[in-house]
Amino acid sequence: MNAALRAAVRTVAVVAATALFAGCATTGSKVDPLEPMNRAMFEVHEVVDGNVMRPIAQAYVDYVPELLRLGVSNFYSNIDDFFSGINGLLQGKLEKAGDDFGRVVVNSLFGLGGIFDPASDIGIERGNEDFGQTFTYWGLPVGPYLFVPLFGPSTVVDASGDLVRIVWGPVGSIPYVPLRNSLYGLGYVNLRAAALGASSIVDTAALDRYLFIRNSYLQRRRYLVYDGKPPPEPEEE
Amino acid sequence: MTSLTAILCRFAALAGFAAAGLALSPALALAQEAPDALVKRVSQEVLQIVRTDPLVQAGNEARIHEVIEVKLLPNFDFVRMTSLAMGRNWRTATPEQQQRLTQEFRTLLVRTYSGALNQYRNETVDYKPLRASPGDTEVVVRTAVAKPGATPVPIDYSMEKKADGWKAYDVAVAGVSLVTNYRDEFNAQIQAGGIDGLLKTLAAKNKGVAAK
Repeated sequence: MNAALRAAVRTVAVVAATALFAGCATTGSKVDPLEPMNRAMFEVHEVVDGNVMRPIAQAYVDYVPELLRLGVSNFYSNIDDFFSGINGLLQGKLEKAGDDFGRVVVNSLFGLGGIFDPASDIGIERGNEDFGQTFTYWGLPVGPYLFVPLFGPSTVVDASGDLVRIVWGPVGSIPYVPLRNSLYGLGYVNLRAAALGASSIVDTAALDRYLFIRNSYLQRRRYLVYDGKPPPEPEEE
Repeated sequence: MTSLTAILCRFAALAGFAAAGLALSPALALAQEAPDALVKRVSQEVLQIVRTDPLVQAGNEARIHEVIEVKLLPNFDFVRMTSLAMGRNWRTATPEQQQRLTQEFRTLLVRTYSGALNQYRNETVDYKPLRASPGDTEVVVRTAVAKPGATPVPIDYSMEKKADGWKAYDVAVAGVSLVTNYRDEFNAQIQAGGIDGLLKTLAAKNKGVAAK
Protein backbone atom coordinates (compact mmCIF):
# COMPACT_ATOMS: atom_id res chain seq x y z
CA MET A 1 0.00 0.00 0.00
CA ASN A 2 1.47 3.29 -0.98
CA ALA A 3 0.61 6.76 0.26
CA ALA A 4 -1.36 7.82 -2.80
CA LEU A 5 -3.50 4.74 -2.57
CA ARG A 6 -4.12 5.20 1.12
CA ALA A 7 -5.11 8.80 0.47
CA ALA A 8 -7.48 7.68 -2.27
CA VAL A 9 -9.07 5.05 -0.04
CA ARG A 10 -9.45 7.62 2.71
CA THR A 11 -11.09 10.05 0.28
CA VAL A 12 -13.58 7.47 -0.87
CA ALA A 13 -14.32 6.41 2.71
CA VAL A 14 -14.99 10.03 3.63
CA VAL A 15 -17.15 10.53 0.54
CA ALA A 16 -19.09 7.35 1.27
CA ALA A 17 -19.63 8.33 4.90
CA THR A 18 -20.73 11.81 3.93
CA ALA A 19 -22.99 10.25 1.34
CA LEU A 20 -24.69 8.17 4.02
CA PHE A 21 -25.42 11.21 6.15
CA ALA A 22 -26.33 13.45 3.26
CA GLY A 23 -28.67 10.72 2.07
CA CYS A 24 -30.84 11.33 5.14
CA ALA A 25 -31.72 14.85 4.03
CA THR A 26 -31.94 14.45 0.31
CA THR A 27 -33.53 16.97 -2.01
CA GLY A 28 -31.89 15.99 -5.29
CA SER A 29 -33.32 13.97 -8.15
CA LYS A 30 -33.37 10.20 -8.56
CA VAL A 31 -29.97 10.06 -10.25
CA ASP A 32 -28.46 12.64 -7.94
CA PRO A 33 -29.82 12.22 -4.41
CA LEU A 34 -26.65 13.84 -3.03
CA GLU A 35 -27.03 16.99 -5.09
CA PRO A 36 -26.47 19.47 -2.22
CA MET A 37 -23.20 17.81 -1.23
CA ASN A 38 -22.15 17.34 -4.85
CA ARG A 39 -22.79 20.98 -5.62
CA ALA A 40 -20.60 22.00 -2.68
CA MET A 41 -17.84 19.69 -3.96
CA PHE A 42 -18.31 21.15 -7.43
CA GLU A 43 -17.80 24.68 -6.07
CA VAL A 44 -14.56 23.58 -4.41
CA HIS A 45 -13.47 21.94 -7.64
CA GLU A 46 -14.27 25.01 -9.76
CA VAL A 47 -12.09 27.21 -7.56
CA VAL A 48 -9.11 24.84 -7.47
CA ASP A 49 -9.43 23.82 -11.10
CA GLY A 50 -9.96 27.35 -12.38
CA ASN A 51 -6.99 28.75 -10.47
CA VAL A 52 -4.51 25.90 -10.59
CA MET A 53 -5.28 22.89 -12.79
CA ARG A 54 -6.79 24.60 -15.81
CA PRO A 55 -3.97 27.19 -16.09
CA ILE A 56 -1.35 24.44 -15.74
CA ALA A 57 -3.06 22.39 -18.45
CA GLN A 58 -3.32 25.47 -20.66
CA ALA A 59 0.37 26.26 -20.18
CA TYR A 60 1.18 22.64 -21.03
CA VAL A 61 -0.73 23.00 -24.31
CA ASP A 62 0.79 26.42 -25.04
CA TYR A 63 4.42 25.63 -24.32
CA VAL A 64 4.97 21.91 -24.87
CA PRO A 65 5.31 20.96 -28.55
CA GLU A 66 2.38 19.03 -29.95
CA LEU A 67 4.50 16.04 -30.94
CA LEU A 68 5.75 15.63 -27.39
CA ARG A 69 2.22 15.93 -25.98
CA LEU A 70 1.04 13.34 -28.46
CA GLY A 71 3.77 10.98 -27.20
CA VAL A 72 2.69 11.54 -23.60
CA SER A 73 -0.94 10.98 -24.50
CA ASN A 74 -0.07 7.78 -26.39
CA PHE A 75 1.99 6.51 -23.47
CA TYR A 76 -0.95 6.75 -21.07
CA SER A 77 -3.40 5.49 -23.68
CA ASN A 78 -1.29 2.37 -24.00
CA ILE A 79 -1.85 1.64 -20.30
CA ASP A 80 -5.55 2.38 -20.74
CA ASP A 81 -5.67 -0.04 -23.66
CA PHE A 82 -4.28 -2.79 -21.46
CA PHE A 83 -7.02 -2.22 -18.90
CA SER A 84 -9.61 -1.94 -21.63
CA GLY A 85 -8.49 -5.41 -22.69
CA ILE A 86 -8.79 -6.76 -19.13
CA ASN A 87 -12.29 -5.33 -18.87
CA GLY A 88 -13.24 -6.65 -22.27
CA LEU A 89 -12.28 -10.12 -20.98
CA LEU A 90 -14.22 -9.60 -17.74
CA GLN A 91 -17.31 -8.83 -19.82
CA GLY A 92 -16.72 -11.72 -22.21
CA LYS A 93 -16.14 -9.37 -25.17
CA LEU A 94 -13.32 -11.46 -26.54
CA GLU A 95 -12.94 -9.82 -29.91
CA LYS A 96 -12.69 -6.34 -28.40
CA ALA A 97 -10.27 -7.60 -25.77
CA GLY A 98 -8.18 -9.16 -28.53
CA ASP A 99 -7.99 -5.82 -30.32
CA ASP A 100 -6.98 -4.04 -27.12
CA PHE A 101 -4.23 -6.52 -26.25
CA GLY A 102 -3.12 -6.51 -29.87
CA ARG A 103 -2.78 -2.73 -29.66
CA VAL A 104 -0.73 -2.97 -26.47
CA VAL A 105 1.64 -5.52 -28.03
CA VAL A 106 2.05 -3.57 -31.28
CA ASN A 107 2.45 -0.18 -29.60
CA SER A 108 4.75 -1.40 -26.84
CA LEU A 109 7.05 -3.26 -29.24
CA PHE A 110 6.97 -1.05 -32.33
CA GLY A 111 5.87 2.22 -30.76
CA LEU A 112 8.77 2.62 -28.31
CA GLY A 113 6.86 1.50 -25.24
CA GLY A 114 3.63 3.14 -26.30
CA ILE A 115 4.96 6.61 -27.17
CA PHE A 116 3.85 6.08 -30.76
CA ASP A 117 0.59 4.53 -31.88
CA PRO A 118 1.34 2.37 -34.94
CA ALA A 119 -1.65 0.16 -34.01
CA SER A 120 -4.05 2.94 -35.03
CA ASP A 121 -2.13 3.39 -38.28
CA ILE A 122 -2.71 -0.24 -39.18
CA GLY A 123 -6.37 0.12 -38.27
CA ILE A 124 -6.78 -1.55 -34.87
CA GLU A 125 -9.39 0.62 -33.18
CA ARG A 126 -9.06 1.75 -29.59
CA GLY A 127 -11.45 0.23 -27.07
CA ASN A 128 -12.81 2.08 -24.07
CA GLU A 129 -13.81 -0.52 -21.51
CA ASP A 130 -13.13 0.18 -17.84
CA PHE A 131 -13.94 -1.30 -14.43
CA GLY A 132 -16.94 0.97 -13.88
CA GLN A 133 -18.49 -0.42 -17.07
CA THR A 134 -17.59 -3.98 -16.10
CA PHE A 135 -19.26 -3.67 -12.70
CA THR A 136 -22.36 -2.16 -14.32
CA TYR A 137 -22.33 -4.89 -16.95
CA TRP A 138 -22.25 -7.45 -14.15
CA GLY A 139 -25.44 -5.91 -12.78
CA LEU A 140 -24.12 -3.82 -9.92
CA PRO A 141 -26.23 -0.70 -9.38
CA VAL A 142 -24.73 2.52 -10.72
CA GLY A 143 -25.48 4.21 -7.41
CA PRO A 144 -25.76 7.92 -6.74
CA TYR A 145 -23.93 10.46 -8.87
CA LEU A 146 -20.80 11.83 -7.21
CA PHE A 147 -18.77 14.89 -7.95
CA VAL A 148 -15.25 14.46 -6.62
CA PRO A 149 -13.07 17.60 -6.60
CA LEU A 150 -10.11 17.29 -9.01
CA PHE A 151 -11.43 13.97 -10.34
CA GLY A 152 -14.67 15.33 -11.70
CA PRO A 153 -17.99 13.64 -12.34
CA SER A 154 -18.46 10.02 -11.28
CA THR A 155 -20.89 7.59 -9.74
CA VAL A 156 -20.44 5.17 -6.88
CA VAL A 157 -19.81 2.32 -9.31
CA ASP A 158 -17.43 4.32 -11.51
CA ALA A 159 -15.49 5.65 -8.52
CA SER A 160 -15.10 2.05 -7.30
CA GLY A 161 -13.86 1.11 -10.76
CA ASP A 162 -11.33 3.93 -10.70
CA LEU A 163 -10.07 2.75 -7.32
CA VAL A 164 -9.48 -0.75 -8.64
CA ARG A 165 -7.65 0.80 -11.56
CA ILE A 166 -5.41 2.86 -9.26
CA VAL A 167 -4.64 -0.19 -7.11
CA TRP A 168 -3.75 -2.31 -10.14
CA GLY A 169 -2.19 0.43 -12.25
CA PRO A 170 1.44 -0.07 -13.22
CA VAL A 171 2.41 3.45 -12.18
CA GLY A 172 1.49 2.75 -8.55
CA SER A 173 3.96 -0.12 -8.37
CA ILE A 174 6.95 2.06 -9.28
CA PRO A 175 9.11 2.03 -6.13
CA TYR A 176 10.96 5.28 -6.87
CA VAL A 177 8.53 7.82 -5.38
CA PRO A 178 9.57 10.99 -7.27
CA LEU A 179 9.24 9.19 -10.60
CA ARG A 180 5.92 7.65 -9.59
CA ASN A 181 4.48 10.99 -8.50
CA SER A 182 5.79 12.72 -11.64
CA LEU A 183 4.02 10.13 -13.76
CA TYR A 184 0.80 10.63 -11.79
CA GLY A 185 1.15 14.40 -12.22
CA LEU A 186 1.90 14.24 -15.92
CA GLY A 187 -0.99 11.84 -16.41
CA TYR A 188 -3.30 14.29 -14.69
CA VAL A 189 -2.13 17.25 -16.80
CA ASN A 190 -2.46 15.11 -19.93
CA LEU A 191 -6.09 14.31 -19.10
CA ARG A 192 -6.93 17.85 -18.07
CA ALA A 193 -5.37 19.27 -21.23
CA ALA A 194 -7.43 16.89 -23.35
CA ALA A 195 -10.57 18.28 -21.71
CA LEU A 196 -9.73 21.97 -22.28
CA GLY A 197 -11.75 22.17 -25.50
CA ALA A 198 -14.73 20.55 -23.82
CA SER A 199 -14.57 22.91 -20.85
CA SER A 200 -14.67 25.97 -23.08
CA ILE A 201 -17.72 24.55 -24.87
CA VAL A 202 -19.42 23.91 -21.54
CA ASP A 203 -18.70 27.52 -20.55
CA THR A 204 -20.66 28.71 -23.58
CA ALA A 205 -23.39 26.10 -23.70
CA ALA A 206 -24.41 25.51 -20.10
CA LEU A 207 -27.11 27.43 -18.25
CA ASP A 208 -26.01 25.62 -15.11
CA ARG A 209 -22.52 24.13 -15.40
CA TYR A 210 -23.15 21.60 -12.64
CA LEU A 211 -26.25 20.17 -14.33
CA PHE A 212 -24.70 20.27 -17.80
CA ILE A 213 -21.65 18.29 -16.69
CA ARG A 214 -23.73 15.84 -14.66
CA ASN A 215 -26.12 15.09 -17.49
CA SER A 216 -23.37 14.79 -20.08
CA TYR A 217 -21.45 12.42 -17.85
CA LEU A 218 -24.42 10.18 -17.08
CA GLN A 219 -25.48 10.05 -20.74
CA ARG A 220 -21.94 9.26 -21.81
CA ARG A 221 -21.52 6.46 -19.29
CA ARG A 222 -24.84 4.90 -20.28
CA TYR A 223 -23.75 5.05 -23.91
CA LEU A 224 -20.44 3.34 -23.07
CA VAL A 225 -22.02 0.61 -20.94
CA TYR A 226 -24.30 -0.28 -23.85
CA ASP A 227 -21.37 -0.10 -26.32
CA GLY A 228 -22.87 2.80 -28.21
CA LYS A 229 -26.38 1.35 -28.52
CA PRO A 230 -28.29 2.42 -25.41
CA PRO A 231 -32.00 1.56 -25.32
CA PRO A 232 -34.26 4.63 -25.42
CA GLU A 233 -34.44 6.30 -22.05
CA PRO A 234 -37.78 6.06 -20.24
CA GLU A 235 -39.58 9.43 -20.37
CA GLU A 236 -39.58 11.04 -16.95
CA GLU A 237 -42.95 12.30 -16.05
CA MET B 1 -9.11 1.48 -86.44
CA THR B 2 -12.75 0.79 -85.89
CA SER B 3 -12.12 -0.20 -82.34
CA LEU B 4 -10.39 3.09 -81.65
CA THR B 5 -13.32 5.02 -83.13
CA ALA B 6 -15.69 2.96 -81.05
CA ILE B 7 -13.75 3.74 -77.90
CA LEU B 8 -13.66 7.43 -78.76
CA CYS B 9 -17.39 7.43 -79.45
CA ARG B 10 -18.16 5.70 -76.19
CA PHE B 11 -15.89 8.11 -74.39
CA ALA B 12 -17.69 11.08 -75.95
CA ALA B 13 -21.05 9.59 -75.04
CA LEU B 14 -19.95 9.02 -71.43
CA ALA B 15 -18.56 12.54 -71.19
CA GLY B 16 -21.84 13.86 -72.50
CA PHE B 17 -23.79 11.87 -69.90
CA ALA B 18 -21.48 13.07 -67.16
CA ALA B 19 -21.93 16.69 -68.20
CA ALA B 20 -25.70 16.30 -68.35
CA GLY B 21 -25.63 14.64 -64.94
CA LEU B 22 -23.64 17.50 -63.45
CA ALA B 23 -26.04 20.04 -64.86
CA LEU B 24 -29.00 18.14 -63.45
CA SER B 25 -27.61 17.33 -60.01
CA PRO B 26 -28.32 20.69 -58.28
CA ALA B 27 -31.97 20.37 -59.21
CA LEU B 28 -32.04 16.77 -58.02
CA ALA B 29 -30.29 17.72 -54.81
CA LEU B 30 -32.95 20.30 -54.01
CA ALA B 31 -35.75 17.90 -54.77
CA GLN B 32 -34.71 14.77 -52.93
CA GLU B 33 -31.32 14.87 -51.28
CA ALA B 34 -31.08 11.84 -48.99
CA PRO B 35 -30.41 12.59 -45.30
CA ASP B 36 -26.97 10.98 -45.27
CA ALA B 37 -26.00 12.75 -48.48
CA LEU B 38 -27.16 16.03 -46.95
CA VAL B 39 -25.07 15.53 -43.80
CA LYS B 40 -22.06 14.61 -45.92
CA ARG B 41 -22.40 17.58 -48.26
CA VAL B 42 -22.94 20.14 -45.51
CA SER B 43 -20.18 18.85 -43.24
CA GLN B 44 -17.71 18.70 -46.14
CA GLU B 45 -18.60 22.25 -47.15
CA VAL B 46 -18.16 23.52 -43.61
CA LEU B 47 -14.89 21.65 -43.06
CA GLN B 48 -13.59 23.00 -46.35
CA ILE B 49 -14.36 26.55 -45.22
CA VAL B 50 -12.80 25.97 -41.80
CA ARG B 51 -9.62 24.66 -43.44
CA THR B 52 -9.25 27.34 -46.08
CA ASP B 53 -11.00 30.54 -44.95
CA PRO B 54 -8.41 32.84 -43.37
CA LEU B 55 -11.09 34.82 -41.49
CA VAL B 56 -12.51 31.69 -39.87
CA GLN B 57 -9.01 30.52 -38.97
CA ALA B 58 -8.27 33.89 -37.41
CA GLY B 59 -11.37 33.46 -35.26
CA ASN B 60 -13.35 36.29 -36.85
CA GLU B 61 -16.71 36.02 -35.08
CA ALA B 62 -18.81 37.74 -37.72
CA ARG B 63 -17.51 35.43 -40.44
CA ILE B 64 -17.96 32.30 -38.30
CA HIS B 65 -21.54 33.31 -37.51
CA GLU B 66 -22.18 33.89 -41.19
CA VAL B 67 -20.89 30.42 -42.09
CA ILE B 68 -23.11 28.85 -39.44
CA GLU B 69 -26.16 30.89 -40.43
CA VAL B 70 -25.82 30.19 -44.14
CA LYS B 71 -24.49 26.62 -44.17
CA LEU B 72 -25.70 24.88 -41.03
CA LEU B 73 -28.86 26.47 -39.67
CA PRO B 74 -31.16 25.96 -42.67
CA ASN B 75 -30.75 22.23 -42.04
CA PHE B 76 -32.02 22.31 -38.46
CA ASP B 77 -35.57 22.22 -37.16
CA PHE B 78 -35.28 24.53 -34.18
CA VAL B 79 -38.95 24.42 -33.26
CA ARG B 80 -38.86 20.66 -32.85
CA MET B 81 -35.51 20.85 -31.09
CA THR B 82 -36.82 23.39 -28.59
CA SER B 83 -40.07 21.55 -28.00
CA LEU B 84 -38.16 18.32 -27.32
CA ALA B 85 -35.82 20.07 -24.91
CA MET B 86 -38.85 21.60 -23.16
CA GLY B 87 -40.55 18.21 -22.83
CA ARG B 88 -43.95 18.41 -21.17
CA ASN B 89 -43.38 22.11 -20.39
CA TRP B 90 -43.72 22.98 -24.08
CA ARG B 91 -47.51 22.63 -24.02
CA THR B 92 -47.86 24.98 -21.06
CA ALA B 93 -45.99 27.76 -22.89
CA THR B 94 -47.96 30.36 -24.88
CA PRO B 95 -47.30 30.57 -28.63
CA GLU B 96 -45.42 33.80 -28.01
CA GLN B 97 -43.26 32.15 -25.33
CA GLN B 98 -42.65 29.20 -27.63
CA GLN B 99 -41.44 31.52 -30.34
CA ARG B 100 -39.10 33.41 -28.02
CA LEU B 101 -37.79 30.16 -26.53
CA THR B 102 -37.01 28.83 -29.99
CA GLN B 103 -35.22 32.06 -30.89
CA GLU B 104 -33.10 32.14 -27.71
CA PHE B 105 -32.26 28.44 -27.93
CA ARG B 106 -31.20 28.92 -31.53
CA THR B 107 -28.92 31.81 -30.55
CA LEU B 108 -27.39 29.76 -27.75
CA LEU B 109 -26.65 26.88 -30.11
CA VAL B 110 -25.11 29.22 -32.70
CA ARG B 111 -22.78 30.60 -30.04
CA THR B 112 -21.85 27.11 -28.88
CA TYR B 113 -21.18 26.00 -32.45
CA SER B 114 -19.07 29.10 -33.11
CA GLY B 115 -16.82 28.20 -30.21
CA ALA B 116 -16.59 24.59 -31.34
CA LEU B 117 -15.88 25.44 -34.97
CA ASN B 118 -12.72 27.27 -33.97
CA GLN B 119 -11.26 24.06 -32.62
CA TYR B 120 -11.47 22.18 -35.90
CA ARG B 121 -8.41 21.90 -38.15
CA ASN B 122 -7.16 18.48 -39.22
CA GLU B 123 -10.35 16.56 -38.58
CA THR B 124 -11.73 14.07 -41.06
CA VAL B 125 -15.27 12.74 -41.05
CA ASP B 126 -16.15 9.09 -41.54
CA TYR B 127 -19.72 8.55 -42.75
CA LYS B 128 -21.41 5.35 -41.60
CA PRO B 129 -23.80 3.57 -43.96
CA LEU B 130 -27.39 4.70 -43.42
CA ARG B 131 -29.71 2.08 -42.00
CA ALA B 132 -33.18 3.08 -43.17
CA SER B 133 -36.03 1.94 -45.40
CA PRO B 134 -37.14 4.05 -48.37
CA GLY B 135 -40.40 5.08 -46.68
CA ASP B 136 -38.82 6.27 -43.42
CA THR B 137 -39.47 9.84 -42.32
CA GLU B 138 -37.18 9.63 -39.27
CA VAL B 139 -33.55 8.50 -39.47
CA VAL B 140 -30.31 8.74 -37.55
CA VAL B 141 -27.29 9.64 -39.66
CA ARG B 142 -24.12 8.35 -38.03
CA THR B 143 -20.69 9.88 -38.50
CA ALA B 144 -17.37 9.76 -36.68
CA VAL B 145 -14.98 12.67 -36.51
CA ALA B 146 -11.34 11.65 -36.38
CA LYS B 147 -8.26 13.63 -35.58
CA PRO B 148 -4.68 12.36 -35.72
CA GLY B 149 -3.72 10.88 -32.36
CA ALA B 150 -7.21 10.79 -30.87
CA THR B 151 -10.03 8.27 -30.66
CA PRO B 152 -12.72 9.06 -33.28
CA VAL B 153 -15.72 10.85 -31.78
CA PRO B 154 -19.11 9.60 -32.98
CA ILE B 155 -21.52 12.37 -33.96
CA ASP B 156 -25.08 11.28 -34.74
CA TYR B 157 -27.80 13.43 -36.28
CA SER B 158 -31.47 12.64 -35.65
CA MET B 159 -33.34 13.80 -38.73
CA GLU B 160 -36.92 14.16 -39.87
CA LYS B 161 -38.24 14.42 -43.41
CA LYS B 162 -40.07 17.71 -43.90
CA ALA B 163 -41.72 19.30 -46.92
CA ASP B 164 -38.53 21.26 -47.70
CA GLY B 165 -36.06 18.45 -47.12
CA TRP B 166 -34.50 16.57 -44.21
CA LYS B 167 -33.94 18.57 -41.03
CA ALA B 168 -31.89 17.66 -37.96
CA TYR B 169 -33.65 17.97 -34.61
CA ASP B 170 -31.00 16.49 -32.34
CA VAL B 171 -27.26 15.96 -32.36
CA ALA B 172 -25.52 13.42 -30.15
CA VAL B 173 -21.80 13.84 -29.58
CA ALA B 174 -20.09 10.71 -28.19
CA GLY B 175 -23.47 9.51 -27.02
CA VAL B 176 -24.44 12.78 -25.34
CA SER B 177 -27.64 14.11 -26.85
CA LEU B 178 -27.98 17.85 -26.96
CA VAL B 179 -31.73 17.79 -26.51
CA THR B 180 -31.59 15.38 -23.57
CA ASN B 181 -28.89 17.44 -21.93
CA TYR B 182 -30.90 20.63 -22.12
CA ARG B 183 -34.11 18.96 -20.95
CA ASP B 184 -32.90 18.78 -17.35
CA GLU B 185 -31.44 22.25 -17.49
CA PHE B 186 -34.66 23.73 -18.85
CA ASN B 187 -36.72 21.81 -16.32
CA ALA B 188 -34.63 23.09 -13.41
CA GLN B 189 -34.98 26.69 -14.65
CA ILE B 190 -38.72 26.31 -15.09
CA GLN B 191 -39.16 24.83 -11.63
CA ALA B 192 -37.25 27.75 -10.15
CA GLY B 193 -38.80 30.63 -12.09
CA GLY B 194 -41.39 29.38 -14.56
CA ILE B 195 -41.09 29.67 -18.32
CA ASP B 196 -40.39 33.39 -18.03
CA GLY B 197 -37.54 32.57 -15.68
CA LEU B 198 -36.07 30.22 -18.28
CA LEU B 199 -36.47 32.88 -20.96
CA LYS B 200 -34.71 35.42 -18.77
CA THR B 201 -31.81 33.02 -18.08
CA LEU B 202 -31.45 32.18 -21.77
CA ALA B 203 -31.47 35.84 -22.79
CA ALA B 204 -28.93 36.77 -20.12
CA LYS B 205 -26.72 33.86 -21.12
CA ASN B 206 -26.83 34.88 -24.78
CA LYS B 207 -25.99 38.48 -23.93
CA GLY B 208 -23.24 37.51 -21.51
CA VAL B 209 -21.52 35.27 -24.01
CA ALA B 210 -21.85 37.97 -26.65
CA ALA B 211 -20.14 40.46 -24.37
CA LYS B 212 -17.22 38.14 -23.73
